[in-house]
Amino acid sequence: MTAQLSVEDFSLVFRTRHGTVRALEDVSLSVERGEIVGVVGESGSGKSVLAYAVMGLQDAAARVQGGRIRFAGLDMLTASEGALAGVRGRELAMIFQSPRTALNPIRKVGRQIEDILRQHANLPGRDLRDQAIAALARVRIPDPQRRYEAYPFELSGGMCQRVMIAMALACSPFLLIADEPTTGLDVTTQAVIMDLIRDMSREARMSTLLITHDLGLAGEYCDRIAVMHAGHVVEIAPAAELLSRPAHPYTQQLLAATPTPRSTVEGLVSIPGQLPDLRHDLPPCRFSARCARHSPICDEKPLPWTSLTPTHSVRCRVPLWG
Amino acid sequence: MGFVGKRLLGTIPSLIGVVIVTFLLSHALPGDPAAYFAGPAANAASIAGVRAKLGLDQSLPVQFMHYIVDLAHGNLGNALTTGQPVLTDLIDRLPASLELTFFALVFAVALGIPMGVWAATKPDSLADHICRASVSVAAAFPTFFVGLILVYIFYFLLGLAPEPVGRLNEILYTAPPRVTGAYTIDSLIAGDWNTFRASLAQLVLPAISLGLFALAPIARITRAAMVQSLGSDFTRTARAAGLPRGKILVTYAFRNALLPVANVLGMVFSFLLGSNVLIEQVFGWQGIGAYAVSAVLASDYAAVQGFVLMMAVLYILLNLIVDLLATVIDPRVRFEA
Repeated sequence: MTAQLSVEDFSLVFRTRHGTVRALEDVSLSVERGEIVGVVGESGSGKSVLAYAVMGLQDAAARVQGGRIRFAGLDMLTASEGALAGVRGRELAMIFQSPRTALNPIRKVGRQIEDILRQHANLPGRDLRDQAIAALARVRIPDPQRRYEAYPFELSGGMCQRVMIAMALACSPFLLIADEPTTGLDVTTQAVIMDLIRDMSREARMSTLLITHDLGLAGEYCDRIAVMHAGHVVEIAPAAELLSRPAHPYTQQLLAATPTPRSTVEGLVSIPGQLPDLRHDLPPCRFSARCARHSPICDEKPLPWTSLTPTHSVRCRVPLWG
Repeated sequence: MGFVGKRLLGTIPSLIGVVIVTFLLSHALPGDPAAYFAGPAANAASIAGVRAKLGLDQSLPVQFMHYIVDLAHGNLGNALTTGQPVLTDLIDRLPASLELTFFALVFAVALGIPMGVWAATKPDSLADHICRASVSVAAAFPTFFVGLILVYIFYFLLGLAPEPVGRLNEILYTAPPRVTGAYTIDSLIAGDWNTFRASLAQLVLPAISLGLFALAPIARITRAAMVQSLGSDFTRTARAAGLPRGKILVTYAFRNALLPVANVLGMVFSFLLGSNVLIEQVFGWQGIGAYAVSAVLASDYAAVQGFVLMMAVLYILLNLIVDLLATVIDPRVRFEA
């Protein structure tokens, strides 16, 4: 089976006034067909940068330093802007956090879905409206005929996110990138939205890349989880295994810092230190300064991947097991 | 529509304020109108007689009531300089100024908005800096100076523009029968193509001189609003959805940038209408600006009062139009009202 999306040794820097920020370094990741892969890490770990790079929507200050991103046979880094625009919205879709600002505030939501259908779906004009309403109905928006006429400010945050999902799924994409789709929504709405995303990917055998800082959420909905720290992917494993048997010290600490129904506030542990400054020279393992298990061997270059099992890999010289 | 009604009601306090201010204005002007009206050969008795005739011997509130009653009858008094009712004068000359201001605004919008959009798509590029510098230079020169330079180059040196003798060279053409008062429109209504072309040709230089001044605010607000909406989340969504570049630029970014642009347009229009004065002098334009200047020079206070009142009312109406436009552009405005 070939992967729907494969990211290989991908490195990206931002050139800023205050120096070069090495935002992503040697990131490798793949998403198979129908699979939900979570990318988890604290703020600033490079999750969203990775998502935008896959979309080909990186900031103007971003420079790709190396590696490859292949999606459905297309090399996303060398493809023309025209080829990318043809893929985006049709085969590759994205939903964002803060759905209310991510929708055009002065255009009816139905019209915004129509814009995408008109561009990609090759439908006769008279069917656009019906298809847009059908897209709204598919994400279980009640009374879709009426909602078609609504402006984003007339809808709740959860409704806006459903509209975003309806837009993303309007053309049945192969891969959905969900960047913190439930941040800012209340917990019940969060569950509804995540159930919706999972159901959609199961029904249509759609692949999903879920970007989140919430390890609990990722554990619940993802098949596999990649943990990111300071621009590195440090561990990849099937979700259940990653949660029960983390191999990277950072993953372990991230788990200890994640509230569960059984934990108390006192039981939560905060991770010491903070993300290193990505503008400076960094040790091969960017977690070493925060790591209790740090030993001289950690400072030897290069930092290799270790396969603990065929599906569980960790990027650590002194993993917790294996 | 309830919104229009509410907004119309909202203009009433401003109108009352304007009427009070114009009334007080006539009393704040230096000099005694009674002595002025009585003429140079008057004695104390005849001045008192004129004062009684004008009602100036009565208390301020009573005078104010008379002023209100006169206004209600559309009576703004008589202008000394023309000997006609002020209202007639203003109605006569307003279309000329509106026509000039309108064309100036069309010129400024046609140039300023594309420049602003262009600059916003490439912020901090050479194009951006050229746009910024050129509109700043255009705004830095006084309008009358620009007008004179344009006349010198395009009329005197190149002979491309017609003689700056006002709205129409009356020796060669006859003014069209009055319908709206704007020569370009009236000549079209009359089907007189030659007069239309001639009046349009007369408009070009004064409209450009005036419009150059409005270029800077329009181009810069367009750029600022476009930079903001191009960097917004919904533009990113549109790009992520693979929408074509033109669609993103127009339907997504530009329409969202229109609201601040429309607000500035309203301000610029009323500002241009006021700053017509100098341009009308340079081009011999028979508009209200030229009228107001001669009224002030002749201490013709009824005419000045009428002019101020009319400008204030126009300003209020213009703001009303901008507000109504805003509801068309942005549904949230309607919702909040």
